[in-house]
Amino acid sequence: MAETIKLQFNIDGNNFVDAGAASGKVKKTLTQLGFDPAVIRRAAIAMYEGEINMVIHADGGVADVYIDSDKIRIVLSDKGPGIADVELAMKEGYSTASQEARDLGFGAGMGLPNMKNYTDEMTVNSKVGVGTTVEMIINC
Amino acid sequence: MKVKEVKALLDAVVETGEALMDMEVKTACGSDMMSDVLAFVKEEGLLLTGLVNPQVVRTAEMMDIKVIVFVRGKVPSAEMIELAEERGMVLMRTQMPMYVACGELYAAGLVPRK
Ligand SMILES: Nc1ncnc2c1ncn2[C@@H]1O[C@H](COP(=O)(O)OP(=O)(O)O)[C@@H](O)[C@H]1O
Ligand SMILES: [Mg+2]
Repeated sequence: MAETIKLQFNIDGNNFVDAGAASGKVKKTLTQLGFDPAVIRRAAIAMYEGEINMVIHADGGVADVYIDSDKIRIVLSDKGPGIADVELAMKEGYSTASQEARDLGFGAGMGLPNMKNYTDEMTVNSKVGVGTTVEMIINC
Repeated sequence: MKVKEVKALLDAVVETGEALMDMEVKTACGSDMMSDVLAFVKEEGLLLTGLVNPQVVRTAEMMDIKVIVFVRGKVPSAEMIELAEERGMVLMRTQMPMYVACGELYAAGLVPRK
């Protein structure tokens, strides 16, 4: 891979059937490119958790994925409510998820910690009332 | 254990993936919380769940889980069956409750690796 492969997805905030479709497509692309299955799994899980967060907490957003042979960079941006205390949100078990999200099997407060565990670098930039951007890097 | 043995032990109905009955599964987990599956499951294998929505199939896809068994008589939707079919997964359903279904598989030797 000489040049960075760039993928962009619009994540619909009102569509719980399609939530995760972007992560699935990234997983498929990485598989076709011949990445190590362990790397693919980490990238797919981290992006999926982030994608679900944009759907259940932020009414959707945009996912940008940059694929190089030595690293995968995933940037998730939304114009949702933002996170007042990022440090608190990063704690295992902390969740403000609605009952609706919980009924769908999410809201254990494990998403952000999980995303951090599965990636090599993660930064969360968030402003209340403006939105949230999560950037994750997986080294290959 | 082969998928067809799982099917027999759980007296399950196959919704999709009939062609994959000879596939081997080495481990299993049971959960209704997809968040927990994403956080704690280390190995690809089989997922038993009482939760029925498309995100169960998506979660399995990310985790490289190839076989999903719905317990307590839950029936997957046409949408879910289609998603699973496209991904080469097996969907089955059993009348057994979660505890019994897990017990049957565990007793038959489908034990998480140490
Ligand atoms: N994109 C986002 N926009 C707004 N709030 C978010 C976003 N992502 C996460 N959060 C906040 O951080 C909390 C913890 O997120 P997470 O660890 O994924 O757990 P969960 O999604 O199960 O609640 C959420 O409950 C929510 O309050
Ligand atoms: Mg989450």
